[in-house]
Amino acid sequence: MSSRITAAQHRQIVRLIPEGSSVLDVGCGDGALLARLRDEKHADGRGIEISPRLVREAVVRGLSVVQGDATHDLAEFPEKSVDYAILSETLQAMSEPAEVLRQLVRIGRQAIVAFPNFGHWRVRLGLLTTGRMPVTRWLPQSWHDTPNIHLCTIADFLALAADLHLQVGGGTFLARGQEVTMWPNLRADHALFILSQ
Amino acid sequence: MHTSLVLDSALTLDSGQTLGSVHIAYETWGTLAADGSNAVLVCHALTGDQYVTGTHRLTGKPGWWTRMVGPGLPIDPARHFIICSNVLGGCMGSEGPASPHPEDGRPWGLRFPVITIADMVRAQAAMLDQLGVGKLLAVIGGSMGGMQVLQWAALFPNRVNSVIAIASASRHSAQNIAFHEVGRQAVMADPAWKGGDYLPGKGPSKGLAVARMAAHITYLSEAGLTEKFGRRLQNRNARSFGFDADFQIESYLRHQGMSFVDRFDANSYLYVTRALDYFDLADTCGGNLSNCFMKSTARFCIISFDSDWLYPTAEAKRIVQALVAAGRHVSFVELSSPFGHDAFLLDTPGLNEVVDGFLRASGDPA
Repeated sequence: MSSRITAAQHRQIVRLIPEGSSVLDVGCGDGALLARLRDEKHADGRGIEISPRLVREAVVRGLSVVQGDATHDLAEFPEKSVDYAILSETLQAMSEPAEVLRQLVRIGRQAIVAFPNFGHWRVRLGLLTTGRMPVTRWLPQSWHDTPNIHLCTIADFLALAADLHLQVGGGTFLARGQEVTMWPNLRADHALFILSQ
Repeated sequence: MHTSLVLDSALTLDSGQTLGSVHIAYETWGTLAADGSNAVLVCHALTGDQYVTGTHRLTGKPGWWTRMVGPGLPIDPARHFIICSNVLGGCMGSEGPASPHPEDGRPWGLRFPVITIADMVRAQAAMLDQLGVGKLLAVIGGSMGGMQVLQWAALFPNRVNSVIAIASASRHSAQNIAFHEVGRQAVMADPAWKGGDYLPGKGPSKGLAVARMAAHITYLSEAGLTEKFGRRLQNRNARSFGFDADFQIESYLRHQGMSFVDRFDANSYLYVTRALDYFDLADTCGGNLSNCFMKSTARFCIISFDSDWLYPTAEAKRIVQALVAAGRHVSFVELSSPFGHDAFLLDTPGLNEVVDGFLRASGDPA
Protein backbone atom coordinates (compact mmCIF):
# COMPACT_ATOMS: atom_id res chain seq x y z
CA MET A 1 0.00 0.00 0.00
CA SER A 2 1.37 3.40 -0.92
CA SER A 3 2.37 5.69 1.91
CA ARG A 4 0.01 8.37 0.54
CA ILE A 5 -2.97 6.08 1.09
CA THR A 6 -1.67 5.08 4.54
CA ALA A 7 -1.28 8.72 5.50
CA ALA A 8 -4.86 9.47 4.38
CA GLN A 9 -6.12 6.47 6.35
CA HIS A 10 -4.21 7.52 9.45
CA ARG A 11 -5.39 11.12 9.12
CA GLN A 12 -8.95 9.84 9.09
CA ILE A 13 -8.41 7.83 12.28
CA VAL A 14 -6.45 10.55 14.08
CA ARG A 15 -9.33 12.95 13.38
CA LEU A 16 -11.77 10.60 15.10
CA ILE A 17 -9.79 10.09 18.32
CA PRO A 18 -10.45 12.65 21.08
CA GLU A 19 -7.53 14.21 22.93
CA GLY A 20 -6.08 12.02 25.69
CA SER A 21 -7.89 8.81 24.71
CA SER A 22 -6.51 5.37 25.41
CA VAL A 23 -6.06 3.25 22.30
CA LEU A 24 -5.00 -0.25 21.30
CA ASP A 25 -3.77 -0.58 17.71
CA VAL A 26 -4.10 -4.18 16.56
CA GLY A 27 -1.60 -4.96 13.82
CA CYS A 28 0.15 -1.68 14.51
CA GLY A 29 3.11 -2.32 12.22
CA ASP A 30 6.02 -0.03 12.97
CA GLY A 31 3.81 2.11 15.19
CA ALA A 32 3.37 5.01 12.74
CA LEU A 33 -0.29 5.55 13.71
CA LEU A 34 0.38 5.13 17.44
CA ALA A 35 3.20 7.67 17.23
CA ARG A 36 0.88 10.16 15.50
CA LEU A 37 -1.81 9.59 18.12
CA ARG A 38 0.75 10.07 20.88
CA ASP A 39 2.20 13.23 19.34
CA GLU A 40 -1.00 14.84 18.06
CA LYS A 41 -3.62 13.60 20.52
CA HIS A 42 -1.53 12.74 23.62
CA ALA A 43 -3.12 9.34 23.38
CA ASP A 44 -2.22 6.61 25.84
CA GLY A 45 -1.31 4.00 23.25
CA ARG A 46 -0.67 0.29 23.13
CA GLY A 47 -0.08 -1.94 20.15
CA ILE A 48 0.16 -5.54 19.08
CA GLU A 49 2.02 -6.68 15.98
CA ILE A 50 3.03 -10.08 14.65
CA SER A 51 6.24 -9.12 12.81
CA PRO A 52 9.30 -9.03 15.12
CA ARG A 53 11.02 -6.58 12.78
CA LEU A 54 8.15 -4.09 12.96
CA VAL A 55 7.73 -4.55 16.73
CA ARG A 56 11.40 -3.66 17.11
CA GLU A 57 10.89 -0.45 15.13
CA ALA A 58 7.85 0.45 17.23
CA VAL A 59 9.59 -0.18 20.56
CA VAL A 60 12.62 1.81 19.43
CA ARG A 61 10.15 4.69 18.90
CA GLY A 62 9.27 4.35 22.58
CA LEU A 63 5.87 2.74 22.02
CA SER A 64 4.29 0.03 24.17
CA VAL A 65 3.97 -2.65 21.55
CA VAL A 66 3.93 -6.39 22.12
CA GLN A 67 4.81 -9.04 19.61
CA GLY A 68 1.83 -11.28 19.23
CA ASP A 69 -0.89 -12.76 17.09
CA ALA A 70 -4.24 -10.95 17.19
CA THR A 71 -6.13 -14.20 16.73
CA HIS A 72 -4.81 -15.66 20.00
CA ASP A 73 -3.27 -12.89 22.07
CA LEU A 74 -6.12 -10.37 22.20
CA ALA A 75 -7.94 -12.60 24.67
CA GLU A 76 -5.56 -11.44 27.45
CA PHE A 77 -6.55 -7.78 27.19
CA PRO A 78 -9.08 -6.80 29.87
CA GLU A 79 -12.63 -5.89 28.92
CA LYS A 80 -13.28 -2.24 28.06
CA SER A 81 -9.68 -1.43 28.96
CA VAL A 82 -9.23 1.19 26.21
CA ASP A 83 -11.40 3.89 24.69
CA TYR A 84 -10.63 2.78 21.14
CA ALA A 85 -9.48 -0.55 19.77
CA ILE A 86 -8.20 0.13 16.26
CA LEU A 87 -7.82 -2.30 13.38
CA SER A 88 -6.33 -0.38 10.51
CA GLU A 89 -5.70 -2.15 7.19
CA THR A 90 -5.34 -5.46 8.99
CA LEU A 91 -8.77 -7.14 8.91
CA GLN A 92 -8.08 -8.70 5.52
CA ALA A 93 -4.92 -10.42 6.84
CA MET A 94 -6.57 -12.02 9.86
CA SER A 95 -7.11 -15.77 9.87
CA GLU A 96 -10.30 -15.34 11.91
CA PRO A 97 -11.71 -11.87 11.16
CA ALA A 98 -14.99 -12.46 13.04
CA GLU A 99 -13.18 -13.47 16.24
CA VAL A 100 -10.89 -10.44 15.98
CA LEU A 101 -13.89 -8.11 15.58
CA ARG A 102 -15.51 -9.68 18.64
CA GLN A 103 -12.32 -9.08 20.63
CA LEU A 104 -12.06 -5.47 19.42
CA VAL A 105 -15.49 -4.51 20.72
CA ARG A 106 -14.82 -6.41 23.95
CA ILE A 107 -11.51 -4.62 24.66
CA GLY A 108 -12.46 -1.19 23.35
CA ARG A 109 -15.41 0.88 24.43
CA GLN A 110 -15.48 1.53 20.69
CA ALA A 111 -13.68 -0.15 17.82
CA ILE A 112 -12.43 1.56 14.68
CA VAL A 113 -12.03 -0.74 11.70
CA ALA A 114 -10.51 0.49 8.44
CA PHE A 115 -10.10 -1.87 5.51
CA PRO A 116 -9.67 -1.94 1.73
CA ASN A 117 -12.93 -2.34 -0.18
CA PHE A 118 -12.86 -5.26 -2.59
CA GLY A 119 -16.15 -4.05 -4.06
CA HIS A 120 -14.40 -1.05 -5.69
CA TRP A 121 -15.22 -0.70 -9.39
CA ARG A 122 -11.62 -1.26 -10.48
CA VAL A 123 -11.60 -4.62 -8.74
CA ARG A 124 -14.93 -5.58 -10.26
CA LEU A 125 -13.88 -4.38 -13.72
CA GLY A 126 -10.51 -6.12 -13.45
CA LEU A 127 -12.11 -9.47 -12.71
CA LEU A 128 -14.74 -8.96 -15.41
CA THR A 129 -12.35 -7.93 -18.20
CA THR A 130 -9.23 -10.00 -17.48
CA GLY A 131 -10.81 -12.96 -15.69
CA ARG A 132 -7.96 -12.86 -13.19
CA MET A 133 -7.77 -11.96 -9.52
CA PRO A 134 -7.45 -8.18 -9.37
CA VAL A 135 -4.14 -6.57 -8.46
CA THR A 136 -4.52 -2.94 -7.51
CA ARG A 137 -2.36 -0.12 -6.28
CA TRP A 138 -3.54 -0.70 -2.72
CA LEU A 139 -3.57 -4.51 -2.97
CA PRO A 140 -0.44 -5.00 -5.07
CA GLN A 141 0.34 -8.68 -4.49
CA SER A 142 -0.81 -11.61 -6.61
CA TRP A 143 -3.36 -14.01 -5.12
CA HIS A 144 -0.73 -16.61 -4.18
CA ASP A 145 1.72 -14.42 -2.31
CA THR A 146 -0.55 -11.93 -0.56
CA PRO A 147 -0.97 -11.72 3.21
CA ASN A 148 -4.51 -10.55 2.47
CA ILE A 149 -6.40 -13.80 2.81
CA HIS A 150 -9.84 -12.48 3.79
CA LEU A 151 -10.73 -9.64 1.46
CA CYS A 152 -14.24 -8.29 1.67
CA THR A 153 -16.46 -5.58 0.26
CA ILE A 154 -18.20 -2.90 2.31
CA ALA A 155 -21.45 -4.85 1.91
CA ASP A 156 -19.73 -8.05 3.13
CA PHE A 157 -18.36 -6.24 6.16
CA LEU A 158 -21.74 -4.81 7.11
CA ALA A 159 -23.31 -8.25 6.77
CA LEU A 160 -20.70 -9.73 9.13
CA ALA A 161 -21.19 -6.91 11.63
CA ALA A 162 -24.93 -7.62 11.57
CA ASP A 163 -24.30 -11.35 12.08
CA LEU A 164 -22.17 -10.50 15.12
CA HIS A 165 -24.86 -8.12 16.44
CA LEU A 166 -22.43 -5.19 16.46
CA GLN A 167 -23.53 -1.57 16.46
CA VAL A 168 -22.13 0.10 13.33
CA GLY A 169 -21.62 3.81 12.99
CA GLY A 170 -19.55 6.53 11.43
CA GLY A 171 -18.94 5.01 8.01
CA THR A 172 -16.38 7.08 6.13
CA PHE A 173 -15.12 6.17 2.70
CA LEU A 174 -12.04 7.13 0.72
CA ALA A 175 -11.18 7.01 -2.97
CA ARG A 176 -7.54 7.83 -3.68
CA GLY A 177 -7.37 9.59 -0.32
CA GLN A 178 -10.44 11.75 -0.99
CA GLU A 179 -13.68 11.25 0.88
CA VAL A 180 -16.65 9.94 -1.11
CA THR A 181 -20.24 9.63 0.05
CA MET A 182 -22.27 8.32 -2.90
CA TRP A 183 -22.14 4.61 -3.79
CA PRO A 184 -19.25 3.85 -1.50
CA ASN A 185 -19.20 0.11 -2.19
CA LEU A 186 -18.55 0.89 -5.85
CA ARG A 187 -16.45 4.06 -5.55
CA ALA A 188 -14.44 3.81 -2.32
CA ASP A 189 -11.14 1.97 -2.22
CA HIS A 190 -11.12 2.14 1.61
CA ALA A 191 -13.79 2.18 4.28
CA LEU A 192 -13.82 2.97 7.98
CA PHE A 193 -16.46 2.07 10.52
CA ILE A 194 -16.91 2.61 14.24
CA LEU A 195 -18.22 -0.47 15.99
CA SER A 196 -19.43 -1.21 19.47
CA GLN A 197 -21.14 -4.03 21.33
CA MET B 1 39.07 -5.02 48.01
CA HIS B 2 35.36 -4.61 47.05
CA THR B 3 33.32 -1.51 47.88
CA SER B 4 30.61 -2.49 50.33
CA LEU B 5 28.27 -1.31 53.04
CA VAL B 6 26.60 -2.98 55.99
CA LEU B 7 22.80 -2.79 56.02
CA ASP B 8 21.45 -0.65 58.88
CA SER B 9 18.88 -3.18 59.95
CA ALA B 10 18.58 -6.94 59.93
CA LEU B 11 16.97 -8.66 56.96
CA THR B 12 13.98 -10.89 57.55
CA LEU B 13 14.19 -13.65 54.99
CA ASP B 14 11.45 -15.61 53.21
CA SER B 15 12.62 -18.66 55.15
CA GLY B 16 11.60 -16.89 58.35
CA GLN B 17 15.19 -16.51 59.51
CA THR B 18 16.80 -13.16 60.23
CA LEU B 19 20.19 -12.06 58.98
CA GLY B 20 21.99 -9.29 60.89
CA SER B 21 24.91 -7.08 59.83
CA VAL B 22 24.52 -7.91 56.15
CA HIS B 23 27.38 -6.80 53.89
CA ILE B 24 26.40 -5.74 50.37
CA ALA B 25 29.17 -5.12 47.84
CA TYR B 26 28.31 -2.70 45.07
CA GLU B 27 29.68 -0.50 42.31
CA THR B 28 28.29 2.75 40.93
CA TRP B 29 28.98 4.78 37.82
CA GLY B 30 27.87 8.33 36.95
CA THR B 31 26.30 10.89 39.27
CA LEU B 32 22.90 10.90 40.90
CA ALA B 33 20.89 13.87 39.60
CA ALA B 34 19.85 16.49 42.16
CA ASP B 35 16.23 15.35 41.83
CA GLY B 36 17.28 11.71 41.97
CA SER B 37 15.63 10.98 38.64
CA ASN B 38 18.40 9.15 36.80
CA ALA B 39 19.13 6.06 38.90
CA VAL B 40 19.36 2.75 37.04
CA LEU B 41 19.75 -0.48 38.97
CA VAL B 42 21.40 -3.32 37.05
CA CYS B 43 20.74 -6.83 38.37
CA HIS B 44 23.25 -9.54 37.59
CA ALA B 45 22.78 -13.17 36.61
CA LEU B 46 23.71 -16.38 38.46
CA THR B 47 27.47 -16.11 38.06
CA GLY B 48 27.66 -12.37 37.47
CA ASP B 49 28.66 -9.74 39.96
CA GLN B 50 28.69 -6.00 40.58
CA TYR B 51 31.41 -5.37 37.96
CA VAL B 52 29.04 -4.56 35.09
CA THR B 53 31.41 -2.37 33.14
CA GLY B 54 34.96 -1.10 33.46
CA THR B 55 37.56 -3.49 34.84
CA HIS B 56 36.82 -6.27 37.31
CA ARG B 57 38.70 -5.57 40.52
CA LEU B 58 39.47 -9.25 41.13
CA THR B 59 40.00 -10.77 37.67
CA GLY B 60 41.23 -7.66 35.85
CA LYS B 61 38.90 -8.59 32.99
CA PRO B 62 36.27 -6.30 31.43
CA GLY B 63 32.86 -6.15 33.14
CA TRP B 64 30.14 -8.60 32.08
CA TRP B 65 27.86 -6.10 30.26
CA THR B 66 30.25 -3.70 28.56
CA ARG B 67 28.07 -3.91 25.43
CA MET B 68 25.06 -2.38 27.23
CA VAL B 69 26.55 -0.19 29.94
CA GLY B 70 29.15 2.48 29.24
CA PRO B 71 29.80 5.75 27.43
CA GLY B 72 27.54 6.15 24.39
CA LEU B 73 25.59 2.98 25.25
CA PRO B 74 21.90 2.65 26.26
CA ILE B 75 22.90 2.82 29.93
CA ASP B 76 25.42 5.61 30.05
CA PRO B 77 27.28 7.02 33.07
CA ALA B 78 27.11 10.44 31.39
CA ARG B 79 23.30 10.40 31.77
CA HIS B 80 22.56 7.77 34.41
CA PHE B 81 23.55 6.98 37.95
CA ILE B 82 24.18 3.26 37.57
CA ILE B 83 24.20 0.90 40.52
CA CYS B 84 24.89 -2.82 40.63
CA SER B 85 25.32 -4.91 43.75
CA ASN B 86 26.51 -8.44 44.25
CA VAL B 87 23.45 -10.51 45.19
CA LEU B 88 22.78 -11.70 48.72
CA GLY B 89 24.28 -15.19 48.84
CA GLY B 90 26.91 -14.25 46.26
CA CYS B 91 30.66 -14.46 46.67
CA MET B 92 32.02 -11.14 45.40
CA GLY B 93 31.85 -9.28 48.69
CA SER B 94 28.17 -9.54 49.60
CA GLU B 95 26.98 -11.64 52.53
CA GLY B 96 27.02 -15.27 51.48
CA PRO B 97 28.15 -18.70 52.59
CA ALA B 98 31.82 -17.78 52.04
CA SER B 99 31.54 -14.69 54.28
CA PRO B 100 32.82 -14.95 57.84
CA HIS B 101 30.16 -15.97 60.35
CA PRO B 102 29.66 -13.09 62.82
CA GLU B 103 30.21 -15.38 65.81
CA ASP B 104 33.29 -17.43 65.01
CA GLY B 105 34.73 -15.69 61.96
CA ARG B 106 34.85 -18.97 60.01
CA PRO B 107 32.94 -19.14 56.71
CA TRP B 108 29.18 -19.48 57.13
CA GLY B 109 29.16 -22.60 54.94
CA LEU B 110 25.85 -24.41 55.17
CA ARG B 111 24.99 -22.43 58.30
CA PHE B 112 24.04 -19.62 55.91
CA PRO B 113 20.24 -19.44 55.55
CA VAL B 114 18.65 -20.44 52.25
CA ILE B 115 17.73 -17.25 50.43
CA THR B 116 15.28 -16.34 47.67
CA ILE B 117 15.19 -13.90 44.76
CA ALA B 118 12.87 -11.71 46.88
CA ASP B 119 15.47 -11.70 49.68
CA MET B 120 18.08 -10.50 47.17
CA VAL B 121 15.74 -7.71 46.06
CA ARG B 122 14.91 -6.61 49.62
CA ALA B 123 18.65 -6.39 50.31
CA GLN B 124 19.09 -4.23 47.18
CA ALA B 125 16.26 -1.94 48.26
CA ALA B 126 17.80 -1.53 51.72
CA MET B 127 21.16 -0.77 50.10
CA LEU B 128 19.57 1.90 47.87
CA ASP B 129 17.90 3.48 50.91
CA GLN B 130 21.33 3.85 52.48
CA LEU B 131 22.84 5.22 49.29
CA GLY B 132 20.09 7.86 49.20
CA VAL B 133 18.46 6.50 46.06
CA GLY B 134 14.65 6.64 46.18
CA LYS B 135 12.76 6.02 42.98
CA LEU B 136 14.53 4.22 40.16
CA LEU B 137 14.39 5.42 36.57
CA ALA B 138 14.90 1.81 35.57
CA VAL B 139 15.76 -1.61 36.83
CA ILE B 140 17.25 -3.91 34.22
CA GLY B 141 18.68 -7.40 34.09
CA GLY B 142 19.04 -10.57 32.07
CA SER B 143 18.43 -14.16 33.13
CA MET B 144 18.41 -14.25 36.97
CA GLY B 145 18.81 -10.48 36.77
CA GLY B 146 15.48 -10.37 34.92
CA MET B 147 13.85 -12.34 37.73
CA GLN B 148 15.06 -9.79 40.27
CA VAL B 149 13.70 -7.08 37.99
CA LEU B 150 10.23 -8.67 37.95
CA GLN B 151 10.42 -9.22 41.70
CA TRP B 152 11.28 -5.52 42.10
CA ALA B 153 8.10 -4.53 40.25
CA ALA B 154 6.04 -6.85 42.44
CA LEU B 155 7.59 -5.85 45.79
CA PHE B 156 8.03 -2.13 45.14
CA PRO B 157 5.27 -1.19 42.67
CA ASN B 158 5.81 2.57 42.98
CA ARG B 159 9.58 2.70 43.20
CA VAL B 160 10.42 1.85 39.57
CA ASN B 161 9.62 3.80 36.39
CA SER B 162 10.78 1.24 33.88
CA VAL B 163 11.32 -2.46 34.15
CA ILE B 164 13.45 -4.33 31.61
CA ALA B 165 13.67 -8.12 31.85
CA ILE B 166 15.77 -9.88 29.22
CA ALA B 167 16.02 -13.63 28.53
CA SER B 168 14.19 -14.36 31.74
CA ALA B 169 11.20 -16.13 33.26
CA SER B 170 8.65 -15.69 36.02
CA ARG B 171 9.43 -19.14 37.45
CA HIS B 172 11.92 -21.95 37.20
CA SER B 173 10.67 -24.87 35.12
CA ALA B 174 11.21 -28.55 35.96
CA GLN B 175 13.94 -28.60 33.30
CA ASN B 176 15.64 -25.54 34.83
CA ILE B 177 15.58 -27.14 38.28
CA ALA B 178 16.83 -30.43 36.83
CA PHE B 179 19.97 -28.86 35.35
CA HIS B 180 20.69 -27.04 38.60
CA GLU B 181 20.29 -30.24 40.58
CA VAL B 182 22.89 -31.91 38.33
CA GLY B 183 25.25 -29.04 39.13
CA ARG B 184 24.64 -29.16 42.86
CA GLN B 185 25.09 -32.92 42.96
CA ALA B 186 28.40 -32.54 41.12
CA VAL B 187 29.57 -30.07 43.78
CA MET B 188 28.39 -32.20 46.67
CA ALA B 189 29.84 -35.41 45.19
CA ASP B 190 33.33 -33.89 45.29
CA PRO B 191 35.04 -35.16 48.50
CA ALA B 192 36.61 -31.71 48.90
CA TRP B 193 33.13 -30.24 49.52
CA LYS B 194 33.12 -31.79 53.05
CA GLY B 195 29.47 -31.07 53.74
CA GLY B 196 30.11 -27.44 52.83
CA ASP B 197 32.73 -27.06 55.55
CA TYR B 198 35.81 -26.55 53.37
CA LEU B 199 38.52 -23.96 53.94
CA PRO B 200 38.80 -20.94 51.64
CA GLY B 201 40.72 -21.91 48.49
CA LYS B 202 40.37 -25.64 49.24
CA GLY B 203 36.83 -26.07 47.95
CA PRO B 204 35.36 -28.70 45.62
CA SER B 205 36.85 -27.24 42.47
CA LYS B 206 36.39 -30.40 40.38
CA GLY B 207 32.71 -30.67 41.28
CA LEU B 208 32.12 -26.98 40.74
CA ALA B 209 33.87 -27.14 37.35
CA VAL B 210 31.55 -29.98 36.27
CA ALA B 211 28.54 -27.97 37.50
CA ARG B 212 29.70 -25.03 35.40
CA MET B 213 30.26 -27.24 32.35
CA ALA B 214 26.74 -28.64 32.53
CA ALA B 215 25.22 -25.22 33.10
CA HIS B 216 27.26 -23.64 30.33
CA ILE B 217 25.67 -25.97 27.76
CA THR B 218 22.27 -24.55 28.70
CA TYR B 219 23.48 -21.03 27.92
CA LEU B 220 24.29 -21.94 24.32
CA SER B 221 22.29 -23.40 21.47
CA GLU B 222 22.80 -26.51 19.39
CA ALA B 223 23.17 -24.36 16.27
CA GLY B 224 25.61 -22.05 18.05
CA LEU B 225 27.74 -24.98 19.24
CA THR B 226 27.73 -26.50 15.78
CA GLU B 227 28.77 -23.20 14.23
CA LYS B 228 31.53 -22.58 16.78
CA PHE B 229 32.91 -26.12 17.22
CA GLY B 230 31.13 -28.67 15.07
CA ARG B 231 32.96 -32.01 15.38
CA ARG B 232 36.34 -30.35 15.03
CA LEU B 233 39.23 -31.92 16.93
CA GLN B 234 41.41 -30.08 19.42
CA ASN B 235 45.10 -29.77 18.45
CA ARG B 236 45.16 -33.17 16.76
CA ASN B 237 44.44 -34.72 13.40
CA ALA B 238 42.82 -37.93 14.56
CA ARG B 239 40.88 -39.36 17.47
CA SER B 240 43.11 -40.47 20.36
CA PHE B 241 41.04 -43.54 21.27
CA GLY B 242 41.24 -42.29 24.85
CA PHE B 243 39.50 -39.83 27.09
CA ASP B 244 41.51 -36.69 26.47
CA ALA B 245 39.66 -33.64 25.23
CA ASP B 246 39.69 -34.83 21.61
CA PHE B 247 36.98 -32.46 20.52
CA GLN B 248 37.17 -28.68 20.61
CA ILE B 249 33.86 -28.52 22.49
CA GLU B 250 35.32 -30.71 25.24
CA SER B 251 38.36 -28.52 25.56
CA TYR B 252 36.18 -25.41 25.59
CA LEU B 253 33.91 -26.73 28.34
CA ARG B 254 36.87 -27.88 30.45
CA HIS B 255 38.34 -24.40 30.16
CA GLN B 256 35.00 -22.82 31.12
CA GLY B 257 34.77 -25.09 34.16
CA MET B 258 38.34 -24.53 35.28
CA SER B 259 38.36 -20.76 34.95
CA PHE B 260 35.03 -20.53 36.79
CA VAL B 261 36.32 -22.08 40.02
CA ASP B 262 38.92 -19.33 40.38
CA ARG B 263 36.22 -16.70 40.78
CA PHE B 264 33.25 -18.51 42.31
CA ASP B 265 32.57 -20.17 45.63
CA ALA B 266 31.00 -23.65 45.47
CA ASN B 267 28.61 -23.11 48.39
CA SER B 268 27.53 -19.80 46.90
CA TYR B 269 26.71 -21.73 43.70
CA LEU B 270 24.47 -24.04 45.75
CA TYR B 271 22.66 -21.15 47.42
CA VAL B 272 22.12 -19.00 44.36
CA THR B 273 20.92 -21.90 42.20
CA ARG B 274 18.54 -22.82 45.05
CA ALA B 275 17.17 -19.27 45.09
CA LEU B 276 16.55 -19.60 41.33
CA ASP B 277 14.80 -22.94 41.72
CA TYR B 278 12.55 -21.57 44.43
CA PHE B 279 11.55 -18.67 42.18
CA ASP B 280 7.90 -18.70 41.16
CA LEU B 281 6.65 -15.14 41.18
CA ALA B 282 2.96 -16.03 40.69
CA ASP B 283 3.13 -18.23 43.76
CA THR B 284 3.80 -15.12 45.88
CA CYS B 285 0.64 -13.44 44.47
CA GLY B 286 -2.00 -16.04 45.13
CA GLY B 287 -1.03 -18.15 42.12
CA ASN B 288 -2.00 -15.49 39.59
CA LEU B 289 0.96 -13.73 37.96
CA SER B 290 -1.20 -10.76 36.93
CA ASN B 291 -1.84 -9.98 40.58
CA CYS B 292 1.89 -9.33 41.05
CA PHE B 293 1.68 -6.38 38.66
CA MET B 294 -1.73 -4.92 39.54
CA LYS B 295 -0.33 -2.11 41.67
CA SER B 296 2.72 -1.36 39.55
CA THR B 297 3.04 2.05 37.96
CA ALA B 298 6.01 0.97 35.82
CA ARG B 299 6.34 0.48 32.09
CA PHE B 300 7.66 -2.95 31.19
CA CYS B 301 9.97 -4.16 28.44
CA ILE B 302 10.31 -7.91 28.00
CA ILE B 303 12.85 -9.29 25.53
CA SER B 304 13.44 -12.93 24.59
CA PHE B 305 15.70 -14.67 22.07
CA ASP B 306 14.48 -17.23 19.57
CA SER B 307 17.30 -19.72 20.24
CA ASP B 308 17.16 -19.46 24.06
CA TRP B 309 15.92 -22.80 25.38
CA LEU B 310 16.83 -22.09 29.01
CA TYR B 311 14.25 -19.30 29.37
CA PRO B 312 12.39 -19.62 26.07
CA THR B 313 10.02 -17.14 24.44
CA ALA B 314 7.04 -19.10 25.78
CA GLU B 315 8.11 -18.11 29.32
CA ALA B 316 8.53 -14.47 28.27
CA LYS B 317 5.04 -14.57 26.77
CA ARG B 318 3.65 -15.85 30.05
CA ILE B 319 5.00 -12.68 31.70
CA VAL B 320 3.68 -10.50 28.88
CA GLN B 321 0.20 -12.02 29.10
CA ALA B 322 0.11 -11.36 32.84
CA LEU B 323 1.20 -7.75 32.31
CA VAL B 324 -1.37 -7.23 29.57
CA ALA B 325 -4.10 -8.72 31.75
CA ALA B 326 -3.03 -6.37 34.57
CA GLY B 327 -3.47 -3.44 32.18
CA ARG B 328 0.20 -2.48 32.29
CA HIS B 329 2.15 -0.73 29.56
CA VAL B 330 4.34 -3.42 28.08
CA SER B 331 6.68 -3.78 25.15
CA PHE B 332 7.69 -7.27 24.14
CA VAL B 333 9.90 -8.47 21.33
CA GLU B 334 11.58 -11.75 20.51
CA LEU B 335 14.96 -11.02 18.96
CA SER B 336 16.73 -13.38 16.61
CA SER B 337 20.12 -14.79 17.55
CA PRO B 338 21.83 -18.13 16.97
CA PHE B 339 23.61 -17.98 20.34
CA GLY B 340 20.95 -19.16 22.78
CA HIS B 341 20.54 -17.76 26.27
CA ASP B 342 23.91 -16.00 26.17
CA ALA B 343 22.54 -13.69 23.46
CA PHE B 344 21.68 -11.12 26.14
CA LEU B 345 25.41 -10.63 26.80
CA LEU B 346 26.43 -10.50 23.14
CA ASP B 347 26.12 -8.08 20.23
CA THR B 348 22.61 -9.23 19.34
CA PRO B 349 21.03 -7.14 16.58
CA GLY B 350 18.23 -4.97 17.95
CA LEU B 351 19.00 -5.48 21.64
CA ASN B 352 20.65 -2.14 22.37
CA GLU B 353 18.26 -0.24 20.08
CA VAL B 354 15.21 -1.66 21.85
CA VAL B 355 16.58 -0.98 25.34
CA ASP B 356 17.67 2.53 24.33
CA GLY B 357 14.32 3.39 22.68
CA PHE B 358 12.40 2.04 25.63
CA LEU B 359 14.52 3.89 28.19
CA ARG B 360 14.35 7.18 26.32
CA ALA B 361 10.55 6.98 26.26
CA SER B 362 10.55 6.57 30.04
CA GLY B 363 11.44 10.14 30.82
CA ASP B 364 15.09 9.33 30.40
CA PRO B 365 17.26 12.43 30.62
CA ALA B 366 18.46 13.36 27.12
